[in-house]
Amino acid sequence: MSAAGSARAAGEDVPDEEAPDGIARQESAEDEAARAAAVRDGLGVGVAVGVSGLAFGAAAVTAGLTVAQACALSLLAFTGASQFALAGVVGGGGGLVAGTLGAVLLGGRNALYGMRLAATLGVRGRRRLATAHVVIDETAAVATAQRGRAAARAGFYTTAITLYLAWNLTTLLGAVGAARLGDPDAVGLDVLGPAAFLALLWPRLTSGRTAVRVAVAAAVIAVAATPVLPPGVPVMLAAVAALPALLGRRAAP
Amino acid sequence: MSVWIAVIATGLGCYALKLGGLVTPRRMLDDPRVRRFTDLVPVALLTALIAVQALSDGRTLEFDAARLSGLGAAVAALLLRAPFLVVLVVAAGVAAGLRLLGL
Repeated sequence: MSAAGSARAAGEDVPDEEAPDGIARQESAEDEAARAAAVRDGLGVGVAVGVSGLAFGAAAVTAGLTVAQACALSLLAFTGASQFALAGVVGGGGGLVAGTLGAVLLGGRNALYGMRLAATLGVRGRRRLATAHVVIDETAAVATAQRGRAAARAGFYTTAITLYLAWNLTTLLGAVGAARLGDPDAVGLDVLGPAAFLALLWPRLTSGRTAVRVAVAAAVIAVAATPVLPPGVPVMLAAVAALPALLGRRAAP
Repeated sequence: MSVWIAVIATGLGCYALKLGGLVTPRRMLDDPRVRRFTDLVPVALLTALIAVQALSDGRTLEFDAARLSGLGAAVAALLLRAPFLVVLVVAAGVAAGLRLLGL
């Protein structure tokens, strides 16, 4: 899959694809092939990851959101981790203010993808406003995996459109389906949220010791704080586990 | 604060961050420390979420054998390089199976 692979592909070890404009001018067969490959990548990732909107829809309704709220979250937030996070806080009966802040904070990596993709996409004005909504793990992963700007853009927008349609449709199906289930825990739906996070995080945890150290520290902080702080707050507090990266010298990650 | 307000605020906040990235001056990324920090924040937050969701119910810490086994199965599936959806199905399936057996 791709949501997991994506985190890494869009990470810093991928060389920048911002080729000089001159290259884009050669409309050779090679460029056409690169663009076709990018479109195929986009369709594959869009459909495969899009289907997991079923998991979100089911998890959201299980947590106590209405079908309409689950669908609105997919339409408006359109970033899986934040959506699962908010649903988790609602399910845990947590403070919605802290829960909302935590969910938004989780979307912070999309800002990094945006910084990375700004030059590649080269959008301005209204197109930039629309494009911003689909700057997420999967689109960044597909875009940065391509050769050349034309292919990167083709991959980005193919992924964006496919995934947006699939994710919102499957959110609805998952939400409606979950509403018909008896006891959601009986079919293991309470495991879907954490399992999805784990899968999203996996490439990071297996590729660097710094990430593992931060992860362990964050888990300890959050679990230790859970009995004494309102739900939602311990997770936000765990962000301090990443602070040493800001204070440290320039040790390799 | 109602759930609806939380849903809309999350949508707006997430959009603002996405847009903020696209319009941020590129030189801000040049500081490697800032870059490392922002890169690691999602790791911290996601791990914290996994831990809290796995080990607690509200403010009470609890050890639910079926849930933890489901997550263990997810780890096994990830080690075997299973696709995202397979990981989810395996995790939910193991938890559901164990509960069916009365765990």
